[in-house]
Amino acid sequence: MRSRFDRELDLLNNELIEMGSLVEKSIENVTQALINRDRELAKVVIKADEEIDMLENNIESRCLKLILQQHPVAGDLRLISSILKMITDLERIGDQAQDIGEIILTLSQEDTIKDLIHLSQMAKATTKMVRESIDAFVNRDMDLANQVIEYDDVVDDLFVIIKDELISLIRDDVGNGEQSIDFLMIAKYFERIGDHAQNIAEWVVFSITGEHAGERKIQD
Amino acid sequence: MDKIKIENLDLFYGEFQALKNINMKLKENMITAFIGPSGCGKSTLLKSLNRMNDLIEGCRISGKVLLDNEDIYGSIDVNMLRKRVGMVFQKPNPFPMSIYDNIAYGPRTHGIKSKSKLDDIVERSLRAGAIWDEVKDSLNKNALQLSGGQQQRICIARALAVNPEVLLMDEPTSALDPISTLKIEELIQELKKEYTIVIVTHNMQQATRVSDKTAFFLLGEVIEYTDTEKLFSTPKDKRTEDYITGRFG
Repeated sequence: MRSRFDRELDLLNNELIEMGSLVEKSIENVTQALINRDRELAKVVIKADEEIDMLENNIESRCLKLILQQHPVAGDLRLISSILKMITDLERIGDQAQDIGEIILTLSQEDTIKDLIHLSQMAKATTKMVRESIDAFVNRDMDLANQVIEYDDVVDDLFVIIKDELISLIRDDVGNGEQSIDFLMIAKYFERIGDHAQNIAEWVVFSITGEHAGERKIQD
Repeated sequence: MDKIKIENLDLFYGEFQALKNINMKLKENMITAFIGPSGCGKSTLLKSLNRMNDLIEGCRISGKVLLDNEDIYGSIDVNMLRKRVGMVFQKPNPFPMSIYDNIAYGPRTHGIKSKSKLDDIVERSLRAGAIWDEVKDSLNKNALQLSGGQQQRICIARALAVNPEVLLMDEPTSALDPISTLKIEELIQELKKEYTIVIVTHNMQQATRVSDKTAFFLLGEVIEYTDTEKLFSTPKDKRTEDYITGRFG
């Protein structure tokens, strides 16, 4: 029964996993590019966004085709509608990785004004969130999805720490201003990535239970 | 308010138990859809609501069906019951007579003779059946000359002509084309303001489009009965999910 539909759903699942892996890779790359001031790797991240966008379009088309042809209901409908929402979050994460990559290209070549300890912690924390939100989707793992949702607080706290550090650096020397602003924007992008990963985890919960995990955090 | 309450209803055709301990409340001015695979008992239950099963030999019923708290299997006048609980069938079945006489038939059997009263009833019923504009200039035309979709709306208008309180519909659009189906579905939505409606349908999209509540039947039992939106988005029972997602059997 419905074997064609089930095959299509499998394809959809696989495409989402592929998109998730690409996005995850982009964040990892952009983190490395930031830490090592690797302009070439930053360019790889910028370029990868095209592929992520293309996958988003493919998945969206497949979802719309399935809605049109199969009139999904119940678990099938929740799955397809969740995927439609998740790809928007994944696409935004890709964009934000690209945005960070572009900042890396414009960062001045002078020495960094501070160690990037907290920023790299933040990068790792958001990478973990994205990876685990995708894992939660693949394994239909409610506990993991809820952990991702909780973990967003860690990223938010790191953002506040970084912001405070940068403010005091500017206060010490206005010459730190340009780099501080760049780092603040990068931190903000990571913080946003965390929010999108949380959204993905919430859609995982919705696809399993039909209920929203909590208030949607961002609407961009 | 509950228009119909079904309590511990069992129904047998000879040795075969077609309905097993059905307990349901149907709210007034709501549309309730019955869904389920063929032979699950949904049409049987529908017919039990105005005692159409009485005509079937070997049919035994126990339990209660309360219409406004009165047991329809008690001392109620069956003709009066069927006036209050009208039925529209799967296949349009207008009488082989004029459109006017089709609609006037019921009121006449209930003793209305006045031409002007009948005229009023015919117009009101055809308007309520969303077919007045299409037939107002040809009321003397034989109803069998109309299209299938028009015939079904004549049948709905005919059911409405005796001022029922409940309208039972047994797959009312399964013999119709998509446009006629949409017309009937819109009509059903309109009618809910005045009537309590129960519809049996094999078309699950139709159940989601028109009904407020849906009951899923399997092997003579109600497996799940809840808000339509809930049943089609987050069914509680795996058997419901398997059926509505097409993974049944």
